[in-house]
Amino acid sequence: MSWNDKRIETWVGIMLRTGVLLAAAVVLIGGVLYIAQSHGRPSDYREFHGEPAQYSTLTGAATGVRTLQPRSIIMLGLLILIATPVARVGMCVIGFLFERDRLYVAVSSAVLLILLYSLFFHK
Amino acid sequence: MNELWFCIVIFVTSLGAGLLGALSGLGGGVVIVPLLTIAFHVDIHYAIGASLVSVIATSSGAAAAYVREGYSNIRVGMFLEIATTLGALFGAWLTTKAPTQVIGIVFGVVLLYSAYVSLKAQHEVITQKADALAMKLRLLGKFPTENGEQAYVAQRVPLGFGMMWMAGVLSGLLGIGSGAVKVIAMDQAMRLPFKVSTTTSNFMIGVTAAASAGLYLHSGYLAPGLVMPVMLGVLAGSLIGSRLLVKAPVRTLKVVFSLLIIAMGLEMIVNSIKRI
Repeated sequence: MSWNDKRIETWVGIMLRTGVLLAAAVVLIGGVLYIAQSHGRPSDYREFHGEPAQYSTLTGAATGVRTLQPRSIIMLGLLILIATPVARVGMCVIGFLFERDRLYVAVSSAVLLILLYSLFFHK
Repeated sequence: MNELWFCIVIFVTSLGAGLLGALSGLGGGVVIVPLLTIAFHVDIHYAIGASLVSVIATSSGAAAAYVREGYSNIRVGMFLEIATTLGALFGAWLTTKAPTQVIGIVFGVVLLYSAYVSLKAQHEVITQKADALAMKLRLLGKFPTENGEQAYVAQRVPLGFGMMWMAGVLSGLLGIGSGAVKVIAMDQAMRLPFKVSTTTSNFMIGVTAAASAGLYLHSGYLAPGLVMPVMLGVLAGSLIGSRLLVKAPVRTLKVVFSLLIIAMGLEMIVNSIKRI
């Protein structure tokens, strides 16, 4: 079977679904631990303070996961989820490379760069 | 109320939103923010963070099913994603600058507009006219119909691209998928077939949202304790909804959901104006 758009999309579809289910499973595990360790009144989200570095940076999340902080495990699941569309674009770059479609290698690379900029280079 | 109950209530609410969103075709994301802000008094920044994450989940979760149908156009989607992701970056940046009331008012207007679009009858115009720019960018394709394959070529590419940028801005500013604007950009502006527009839009929603997600994360909008029940609820609701879709009275649901959206839109506008 040669590389064509349909084949790219089928692989991408399967990958996306797997990624989402994995992300949901990790979030669920983190969520159960989070509720188990909570006590007293629920968290208050009425006023915006901005999440601390532990939950707003990639390095912060990684540190928390190593010490099995429940909210950091949830964060890991969210990062897996955010990574699924990024991986989709990455797979399209490879797919278009196999198709030797130079124009769309460039187009999908541009989209990939924008996504990576948002994730890694901002702030 | 303790943390467990809070999570359960948010989960069930989100499940309902995801279910209705999938059944009506309007997406669950659009009602999550008004529900969280109006009913649970959550700050709009945390609400759009939770909503955006659930938008990625539903888009990626539904992708496999859409691919099987064979309507979505990967080139059209990828090309237009340049516009939506750039718009999303701008929109997400705006959330850090714009006053809460302004975000609330824009949100209300978008809700009213989405309801209007979903209730309006759709006119499909398919054309095979060789638009020069579309030919150069290979924005064309075929899709299966009852009478064999139907070919189409995109028209008015710059207009579609501009509208997609706007869809991206709204997605980043409000934490929604802005599927309604994306579909209009494709089927009304670019004259793509309706089925191609809706399925390609679903693919694009996740990528657009991922562009804002990084900025939301760094700005501290993603509160794990809140995002967790919202994301799991909306995802479960939308997966159940897509299974039920065949049997459900879609037209009636669409009207009911649209009325709900109109009510929420008005509430958000009035609430925001009061606080100015």
